[in-house]
Amino acid sequence: MIYNIPYIAVAALILIGLYAVVFKRNLIKMVIGITLIESGVNLFLITLGYREGSIAPIYTSSPGGIMALPVPQALTLTSIVIGVAVLALMLSLVIHIYRHYGTLDARKIGGNEE
Amino acid sequence: MNLPTFEFTPALVVAIPLLGAFLTPLVSRINDKLRNIFVIIIMGLTGFFVFLLAYDVLAKGIKVYVFGANTADTIQSLENGLPLLRILFEVDAMSVLMAGISVILGFVAVIYSWSFMKENTGLDKYYTLFLLMIAGMLGMELTGDMFNFFVFLEITSIASCALIAFWTNKGKAVDAAFKYIVISAIGALFILFAVALLYSQYNALNIAVLGSMIQYTFLDKIALILLIVALLMKAGIVPMHMWLPDAYSRAPSSVTVALIGATLASLYGVLRVCFTLYGNSLSNICNNLNINVHSMLGTLLILLAIITIILGVIMALRQINFKRLIAFAAIAELGYMFLGIGTGLTVLGNPELAVYGMTALKGGIFHIINDALDVGLLFLVAGAIYYATRENSLNRMGGLARNLKYTTVFFLIGLLAVSGMPPMNGFASKILIYESTYQLSPILSIIAILCSILLLAVFVKVFYSAFMGPAQPKFKDVKEVPKSMLIAMGIITCIIIFIGLFPQFVINTVVTPAAEALVNFGGEKGFYINEIIESFTLGGV
Amino acid sequence: MLLFIAILDTFKLLLKTLSTNSGFWNPLVWCSVIVIAFLIVYSIRSFGNKEYKKDNEQVKTFLSGNPEYEKEQMHVKSSNVYWGFTETLKWVYNLLNKMHTGNVSDYVLWFVVTMAIFFILIGVMI
Repeated sequence: MIYNIPYIAVAALILIGLYAVVFKRNLIKMVIGITLIESGVNLFLITLGYREGSIAPIYTSSPGGIMALPVPQALTLTSIVIGVAVLALMLSLVIHIYRHYGTLDARKIGGNEE
Repeated sequence: MNLPTFEFTPALVVAIPLLGAFLTPLVSRINDKLRNIFVIIIMGLTGFFVFLLAYDVLAKGIKVYVFGANTADTIQSLENGLPLLRILFEVDAMSVLMAGISVILGFVAVIYSWSFMKENTGLDKYYTLFLLMIAGMLGMELTGDMFNFFVFLEITSIASCALIAFWTNKGKAVDAAFKYIVISAIGALFILFAVALLYSQYNALNIAVLGSMIQYTFLDKIALILLIVALLMKAGIVPMHMWLPDAYSRAPSSVTVALIGATLASLYGVLRVCFTLYGNSLSNICNNLNINVHSMLGTLLILLAIITIILGVIMALRQINFKRLIAFAAIAELGYMFLGIGTGLTVLGNPELAVYGMTALKGGIFHIINDALDVGLLFLVAGAIYYATRENSLNRMGGLARNLKYTTVFFLIGLLAVSGMPPMNGFASKILIYESTYQLSPILSIIAILCSILLLAVFVKVFYSAFMGPAQPKFKDVKEVPKSMLIAMGIITCIIIFIGLFPQFVINTVVTPAAEALVNFGGEKGFYINEIIESFTLGGV
Repeated sequence: MLLFIAILDTFKLLLKTLSTNSGFWNPLVWCSVIVIAFLIVYSIRSFGNKEYKKDNEQVKTFLSGNPEYEKEQMHVKSSNVYWGFTETLKWVYNLLNKMHTGNVSDYVLWFVVTMAIFFILIGVMI
């Protein structure tokens, strides 16, 4: 059971993030929701590579024993970098939206047009 | 004809626009004109290498490029049973077809931008983002690695989102860009989650390796659903299409044309997932009702496609904004592609109907080419009208055929092509779809034909209200658009007419190899991975 | 001579007919049919009355006795072109307008709903 806690956390993070994106009106809160989903996915990737009692996967002067799998960590790092770029872009767009509409309420800025 | 083949072509196809993207700001320091020429040369060079790659792949089969290692080491480690950790580019006929479409659209859009974006500032950033977007699209289409696919997807999303918001002085453009980035970020994160699910079970990221190992467990089902739904959303299928009209109509026209390529790259992702990643396992697995998963998936795709066609056409009929109208027509056209592909997916397992399944698949793939060109041409015409008159609303247009003679001819050709009138290219692919879906269920092809007629009605309305009618006094001084825009529209028109007049030639040379590359699972020619290992040992790399 | 054969071969390659297992499609045949039809129409048209006069009362516009407007005002606007169609299908359009809210939360909601439907149909049933 104790080993399943990270996976429960992953599911909870993704669901909370989706909830924030779908039901929150404020654009900043929606951005936070997307970041939460991203953290959930990153946590999932990291959990996959973890082995109990393992050491860092560096072969030179290794004390022996099992090593953690480095691939998920590499994937997570890439994913985090991409996530930062997306986050920065979203926040800058939010700033522009606030300048144009004077509000951050998602229901007021959308609207259909001719 | 013997063309030289380079080992590095798959890598160069992505590397050249990527390098060009970061050189553009430097070149821009020297001279604006030089920068425009530089970007066009970069796109032309990319196109040349895509052509070389296509020639190579169509003649010799799958081409593989391993990043960061030589081929002998990779084969050695594969034979020793080690997992395939390197990033591979695996290029088959389908990838080459999609790369060709992206490059043509990108090249045309760059030429078009010369005059269209002339009055804007910050064009160095515009071209940098543009080349990044093209590099991302090409990467998505050539890669053979699931995680790499995600990375390129994100590159494409970020670059295209910034380009949609390029006219930041318009609040609506920024709003559309925000919607687009939210949609793509969520879609991409779910794709990453699915990749992690697959990795956790099979310890592999390579599409071919995964495809040969997939057992179709419960986790695989979840991964399949996440991948397909996220990619369908990025491709703009109803009911997840709402971002598409916003993004298409509010971006600059040249960006919209490249965005079509990005959308179609997501469609390519759906094809890869359905046919290659899950191709081996799905057709053999049946439930207690004796329906295999491919049929179920295909039926779902057909249902979505029918809804997409009907809703796209009905919404297009109502629109007043020119580009928004074309965007809804583009959604309807996406429905036609998925109708063909879904029919292919449904009946390929059935030996009696397999011939029709193949025809439907060919029709769907052929329609990808035709739709990209037709809708692209219409968006370019809409941009030309906006450039000449500064009007977006159809209600305020009229009598423009007097001022914009060439543009009117281009629009007429685009109109006939997009609504599937013979002898344009749209008809050739639609007749393949109609006649093959008729074998599955006549209702499907009846709906498809009716909606095609409605689409013609929609564009006749546009043609009448924008180009026909008495001359409006406010458009007295409107002049024909600059040469570079005419050249861009002319290039697409020439390709449309060529495909329209010689459809069987195009089908034989590119579409049939692409369709065969997709359905070639578990056949006598062996699976994707086998072919890749074979091509390693034969020295075909 | 070789060049001529090469060109001939290219043409043979280009002019193949598209077959769909139950039908066929060749645009060049279609084009020639259109050209012949045009010639027939043109020849019929040339039998027409040559004594038609251009500058008399016949060519004046008649709008049920109403005065004729300026040419610029006679253009039917785009939103009025299919008025009857949109008026009949008003209930459909009202539904669709409710669906297209322009709110990004709803877009994501549709994504979640579609995923749930796919999950029920593919994940649970098969």
